[in-house]
Amino acid sequence: MSDIIFSAQNISKFFTQGKKTVRAVDDVSFDIADGEIVSIVGGSGCGKSVLAKIMLGLYHQDKGVFLYKGKPITNTREHWNEVQSVFQDPFGCFNQFFSIRAQLKDAFGILKNKPSKQEIEQRVDEALLAVNVKPSDIEGKYPFELSGGQMQRMLLARIFALKPKVLIADEPTSMVDACVRANILDYLMKLKVDLGMTIVFVTHDIGLAYYVSDRIFIMHEAKVVDQGKPEDVTQHPKSQQTVRLLEDIPDINREWIKK
Amino acid sequence: MSHILEVKDLSLHYLTRFGQKVSAVTDVSFTMKQGEILGIAGESGCGKSTLVNGLMGLFIPPLYPTGGDVLVSGESLMNRTPQDIRKNILSQKVSMIPQGAFNALNPTRKIKDIAADVMAAHSASQGKNISKHDIYKRLKDRFDLFGMETEHILNSFPIQLTAGERQRSVIGISTLLNPKVVIADEPTSALDVTTQKVVIKMIFDLLEKNIFSTMIFITHELPLLRHVAHNIAIMYAGEFVEYGTAVQVVHDPRHPYTKALMGAMLSADSEQKNRKPTTIEGAPPSLAKKIEGCRFADRCPSARPECKKNTQNLKTVGGRLVRCDYAE
Repeated sequence: MSDIIFSAQNISKFFTQGKKTVRAVDDVSFDIADGEIVSIVGGSGCGKSVLAKIMLGLYHQDKGVFLYKGKPITNTREHWNEVQSVFQDPFGCFNQFFSIRAQLKDAFGILKNKPSKQEIEQRVDEALLAVNVKPSDIEGKYPFELSGGQMQRMLLARIFALKPKVLIADEPTSMVDACVRANILDYLMKLKVDLGMTIVFVTHDIGLAYYVSDRIFIMHEAKVVDQGKPEDVTQHPKSQQTVRLLEDIPDINREWIKK
Repeated sequence: MSHILEVKDLSLHYLTRFGQKVSAVTDVSFTMKQGEILGIAGESGCGKSTLVNGLMGLFIPPLYPTGGDVLVSGESLMNRTPQDIRKNILSQKVSMIPQGAFNALNPTRKIKDIAADVMAAHSASQGKNISKHDIYKRLKDRFDLFGMETEHILNSFPIQLTAGERQRSVIGISTLLNPKVVIADEPTSALDVTTQKVVIKMIFDLLEKNIFSTMIFITHELPLLRHVAHNIAIMYAGEFVEYGTAVQVVHDPRHPYTKALMGAMLSADSEQKNRKPTTIEGAPPSLAKKIEGCRFADRCPSARPECKKNTQNLKTVGGRLVRCDYAE
């Protein structure tokens, strides 16, 4: 039995706005084992990003127990030593006023044992090569000078450099086109193989989840409505929502919409 | 047969602050008939969005036209000032549905006020004056067609709407004045599959109700285009590399780049696990320098030595245009 990285027992998260209370995550339980790639799939507003943020320690659940390696998350700074994230919009994740390389080096500030300057330079170079970017290509460049796909790779380079134990990837490929998407997925798989990383993949594309993950959670209206191995979920869907997600993919080989 | 949109050898370039000329779009030609839906696909940075600006005749520095012509029902859009274009062309003849609906809407104003602005500004430029009451009434009638909760949408601020509602409001506003040609620049790429379907349904609904009839749909999702478009053009590094009907391009791609794009698709069927999506190594060539030979040669899996020397021209292969000498 491999170690449990995340363990959630009946967790809920509410947001209150005036008199209205919105349930973002409602009574969700799961375990994520070490070295697993788990995808959380669902439409917009189903609570999948909130769940990702709970895993990152950015939100604290209102009910239930959420444990990282058997302990609750108390110190987020320490938590981020081991758990890192890639978000949807790479441009929003980089400061436009600093060069990319400076920001990649800055990322090491989060680590408890900060490596020496020389080692940082070396690890940044290695990380850039890992995502197929020549370090000389981004020398002195600023975020706005790169394309979306390149920026997304810079975010991944940061992960390669920091080598966290767990990666929370929140829709890392929704802004890029198909070829770059395949490329980024390759790098994610490489992270798993090279570093033995646990990856939580948040996406709305069930086809993509099917390809990358060991296990899929389907979320709908704040609840996990279906979960299991990708083959089981896609071929024997247990919930209406899974069926819908599968149907709504514009597959080229079947009727999708009536003209 | 007259064409509603004619694009002849359109080339566009950007001037950087160092005086460097970046040719973002090179020799794009196509025509569109009334009622046609053309899909344009290609990776990021291939010139899709630049082409959109060119098709609207909207040249705001650093974007400049290099040559060619764009005609909307016979009327040229070239060599006109942005003010003139905004007043007389946009929203009425050519209208654009922007990509990020959230960024396209003013966060401090209600949807009805944003939409009313469009109507008021354009009727004022034609010397007509319509009262606010009339504007709101016309707005309500139009939004009622979409099958949404009209009152709720019109009286909301953009932040109070869901992503799908926002995108549909933007489509509503863009098509308010019954434009002849609608250019949709990645209208659904920020949405999940279910919402995407709702938005596409709305677009079809508008087509059916004759709000507009001719559309250019830009996206990087080829399978989506298969269901939306009649014809598909694939763009690479500022050029059309393949241009044919949706069925031809999606089910039987001939250009190596189109083949790679199709190979990179992921689906949820049972064979996907064994089928690795193709990735194309490297990046598109820099368009700041003049490129010798085929632009795709560096990344092409079936490139030959002569590809880097010979400039490729569009030729007819299997009933569609392909920019590759060796396409079969």
